Amino acid sequence: MDYHSPASFAEASALAANATGITRFLAGGTDVLVQLRSELVTPDTLIDIKKINGVHDITRNADGSWTLGVATTGAEMSEHPDLGKDWPGVVEAMDLIGSTQVQGRATLTGNLCNGSPAADSVPAMVAAGVTVTVTGPDGTREIAVEDIPTGPGKISLAKGEVVSAVNIPARGENAGDAYLRFIPRTEMDIAVVGVGVSLRLDGDTITEARVSLGAIAPTVLLVEDCAKALVGSKLDDAALDALAAAASAACNPIDDKRGTIAFRTEVAGVLAKRAAKIAYARAKGENA
Amino acid sequence: MALDDRKSDFTFVGTRPNRPDGLDKVTGRAKFGADISAPGMLHGAVLRSPHAHARIVKIDASRAEAHNDVKAVVTRADFADVPFKPGLEGEFWNVLENVMAGEKALYDGHAVAAVAATSALAARDALKLIEVEYEVLPHVTDVDKAMASDAPIIREGAADYSVPEGMHPNVVRYHESGHGDVEAGFAEADLVIEDSFVTEATHQGYIEPHACLGMLGNDGKGELWCTTQGHWIAQKTCAALLGIETSQLRVTASEIGGGFGGKTTVFIEPVALALSRKANRPVKIVMTRSEVFRATGPTSSASMDVKIGMKTDGTISAAQGVFRLQGGAFPGAPGDMTAMCAFAPYNLTNVKQIGYDVMSNRPKQAAYRAPGAPMGAFAVESVIDELCNKLGLDPVDVRLKNAAHEGTKASYGPTYERIGLVETLEAAKAHPHYAAPLKPGQGRGISCGFWFNHGGETSVSLALSEDGSAQLMVGTPDIGGSRASMALMAAEVLGIAYENIRVTVADTATLGYNDVSHGSRVTYASGLATIKAAKHAVEKLCERAAAKWGIPVDAVKWEDGCAVPSGPNAGDFDPMPLADITADMGSTGGPISGHFEATPEGAGVSFGTHIVDAEVDPETGKTSITRYTVIQDAGKAIHPTYVEGQFQGGAAQGIGWALNEEYIYGEDGRLQNSIFLDYRIPVASDLPMIDTVIVEVPNPGHPFGVRGVGETGIVPPLAAIANAVSNAAGVRMKQLPMSPPRILAALKDNG
Ligand SMILES: Cc1cc2nc3c(=O)[nH]c(=O)nc-3n(C[C@H](O)[C@H](O)[C@H](O)COP(=O)(O)OP(=O)(O)OC[C@H]3O[C@@H](n4cnc5c(N)ncnc54)[C@H](O)[C@@H]3O)c2cc1C
Repeated sequence: MDYHSPASFAEASALAANATGITRFLAGGTDVLVQLRSELVTPDTLIDIKKINGVHDITRNADGSWTLGVATTGAEMSEHPDLGKDWPGVVEAMDLIGSTQVQGRATLTGNLCNGSPAADSVPAMVAAGVTVTVTGPDGTREIAVEDIPTGPGKISLAKGEVVSAVNIPARGENAGDAYLRFIPRTEMDIAVVGVGVSLRLDGDTITEARVSLGAIAPTVLLVEDCAKALVGSKLDDAALDALAAAASAACNPIDDKRGTIAFRTEVAGVLAKRAAKIAYARAKGENA
Repeated sequence: MALDDRKSDFTFVGTRPNRPDGLDKVTGRAKFGADISAPGMLHGAVLRSPHAHARIVKIDASRAEAHNDVKAVVTRADFADVPFKPGLEGEFWNVLENVMAGEKALYDGHAVAAVAATSALAARDALKLIEVEYEVLPHVTDVDKAMASDAPIIREGAADYSVPEGMHPNVVRYHESGHGDVEAGFAEADLVIEDSFVTEATHQGYIEPHACLGMLGNDGKGELWCTTQGHWIAQKTCAALLGIETSQLRVTASEIGGGFGGKTTVFIEPVALALSRKANRPVKIVMTRSEVFRATGPTSSASMDVKIGMKTDGTISAAQGVFRLQGGAFPGAPGDMTAMCAFAPYNLTNVKQIGYDVMSNRPKQAAYRAPGAPMGAFAVESVIDELCNKLGLDPVDVRLKNAAHEGTKASYGPTYERIGLVETLEAAKAHPHYAAPLKPGQGRGISCGFWFNHGGETSVSLALSEDGSAQLMVGTPDIGGSRASMALMAAEVLGIAYENIRVTVADTATLGYNDVSHGSRVTYASGLATIKAAKHAVEKLCERAAAKWGIPVDAVKWEDGCAVPSGPNAGDFDPMPLADITADMGSTGGPISGHFEATPEGAGVSFGTHIVDAEVDPETGKTSITRYTVIQDAGKAIHPTYVEGQFQGGAAQGIGWALNEEYIYGEDGRLQNSIFLDYRIPVASDLPMIDTVIVEVPNPGHPFGVRGVGETGIVPPLAAIANAVSNAAGVRMKQLPMSPPRILAALKDNG
């Protein structure tokens, strides 16, 4: 196994482009090292991106948008004084991952690029409209988070491509987001269902909505019908029921050791309602 | 000397000093199974079957053997030729077959070969060089399917004499007991409820994986270090499996990171010794968590039918149960225990119980706290709860009405001596928890539970030092704070400070035979032996004092750590402290020690009553346990904190078993969830504060009144939680675990 710690993303990209066999980028390593030790994936090339300048930075840009370095940990996000005020849903989703120890290592990018349909931060990022900057042999491009996963353990990045930044849009006025997951325990578990909701209001009326579901299909989904159920409503019972129905209808889950098809389908609707209520309250400036 | 045989006022017993091993454990100084190495040590790794059931056609280890880093490869041929016998008579054969597969791999994870190499990584990599040709056979992992006529036969001839004719060969033991006439009893009942219940296998979930270091020479002399609940059984079993003399193998027990019954047998220990014998070097093996789940003892899974008849006043007129337990590919599932414990809390005129021990393609079950009892209690106490609900009766009152007491003929045969069930129920009724209001969505559950408790072979030795301190050698590994309890009991007899007694878990070469730390026997049996050994030393101390004073020995008694004249006629002497006697013991007759060896028989059965509140989210089926109270008879709590710890631990493990823990097998018969991520043991935030009430109804069979407390605490939780959840959800839950998908499905079915 070859281990590299490049000083730039261009170098990281070149190393990956020229590597043979299995290549993994090493961010927090909370997936990579676990898979290595359990002999699930033994990489031939390990490219540690943590030595690149700026990878732990959390920057608020002039337009109110945010740029996060790709090694920024869950703990760094939670402890940031302002990020969680703008995007409580994204921060709480990331904060759900693992334990205190895992929080000191785990990253949004790693969670996304590991390709798990149950990754907690991904529905929150999709709902928030997060994009990632990707550096490849042909330069950089920006991709929406929902376009990264293509199936369990699979992502759309080409050989030699590396995520070099996470871009969170400006929050703007009268808006709020939330993430909820279902696990049978209270922590240290994998989402059986995950729901991210981001809303903008005009008065009491929802004007913009993005709803994303996790762990109910081969990839995290952005569900248009859920958004449609909400936009124009004041989150009354009819809108909530329509939201739940749309969420359940979007589900294409599997029966496995973590949950049944029937359970996931039902609970996706339940959590969508609950997450929407929290996002709505936050958009109105309430503590929720 | 004049010591009361049964004490009731205590100086040390009942206090709560820090455990003597505490500092070692919090500072990392304590040596657990994996914390050892030896010069020239090799690392072992075990190759495991990926199939649930397969004939081993051929094992080709030549590539592994040829590798530079590999120093030995062993298969079944490297072990002794232990004779096969049916049932549990052939337990050495069963253990050998489990430790290293013979003709067939019998479950996913079954050991088929092992290597010793120069590093742990090299050993792991070398496993990939071993080629095993399997002929995959049909498998069965479910207990009911394993009993069906078309089930694949796991092993012909494994059934013992008890099994009625015509049963499937996978049924290997049968138990039937009871008294009275159940049919007549059911006819007298105002309401009869009959229902079926299912529980899944759970793992003991100890935090420390199995680990050992073995050294065995070709001269048949060996040393073994391992994490175990009983090093004498490890010694005896390893010797049998390797064909050496028992006494030539010295076994030392490491500190132990939990066992709960799962470390009462051997897995990797004989393998390390076989590898060592072949490589002529010490071999260390440490299991991974996945190996622990796949190949060490989970508990049995169960399928049960219970029928109970009740009169409108709450009297149980008849009770009957059939308990089918699957214990993996070997005899040993405790269907007999389940049957015997199921109705044991109750004073019944008509009762009948049947237990089946069934084999399936799963790992060999191992004991797990009160093996077999929790499942039976789940079924029985659920039906009692349903009867109470239907008849509008208070669940504690009904249990009090039917509770067994001194003189009751137990459902499993004997007549109870003084027992404390009624006291636990009365304490439950009086407890503020039982009267506390419930919020909407919450339900309350009650259950009683019973366990036999055990005495077992025990040896203890106590030696006094010149400075008046004492060292106590016990042979029961300390799995629950027992060193503290032993020191308290010795302090009580000797009258010296707790801190001046050092308790050591002696190795097999240092002390006579000791049974395993199981059966809730340690505080009872090693405690009794400690008291007797200390009294033995006190007798000698009194003799020395008598000689010094020139008076007869029966004119001396022992009081508060001193020899004193037994009365005014004995003479006028100042009390002579222990340290004054030991100071010159070398010249007054030699070292002073006390010993005790016996198989004490008066363990004293134990009962508990649990109260649980549960809240069920009707939209997701998720349960949270909002309040939990454990009430149990400890006879006499030697160290109350560790008694409470046992109560709380039983409840915590019961919550896991009831709500989320389960062995999940795929269609292919392979275990799907062999990591803690997917085997959902409770995390700290899943648990409420678990309140405890220690009831003390002294056990007539122990000098201080002790009853073991290690196991009874896991008997009521499954039932108590199921009753709470069923009452909260408004639908009877008959299958464990009550995971959210199962609860949500039950709620949907219920409309
Ligand atoms: C105990 C424990 C609990 C956990 N609990 C949860 C949980 O509750 N919810 C959850 O969703 N996950 C959980 N996880 C999984 C894991 O922690 C998360 O997926 C985490 O976010 C991964 O981030 P990382 O930085 O550690 O990724 P790494 O392990 O470093 O990398 C993961 C993947 O991302 C790729 N990658 C990393 N950086 C880049 C990059 N810049 N460009 C392209 N690809 C990249 C790597 O090649 C690899 O495939 C848990 C893990 C553990 C060990």
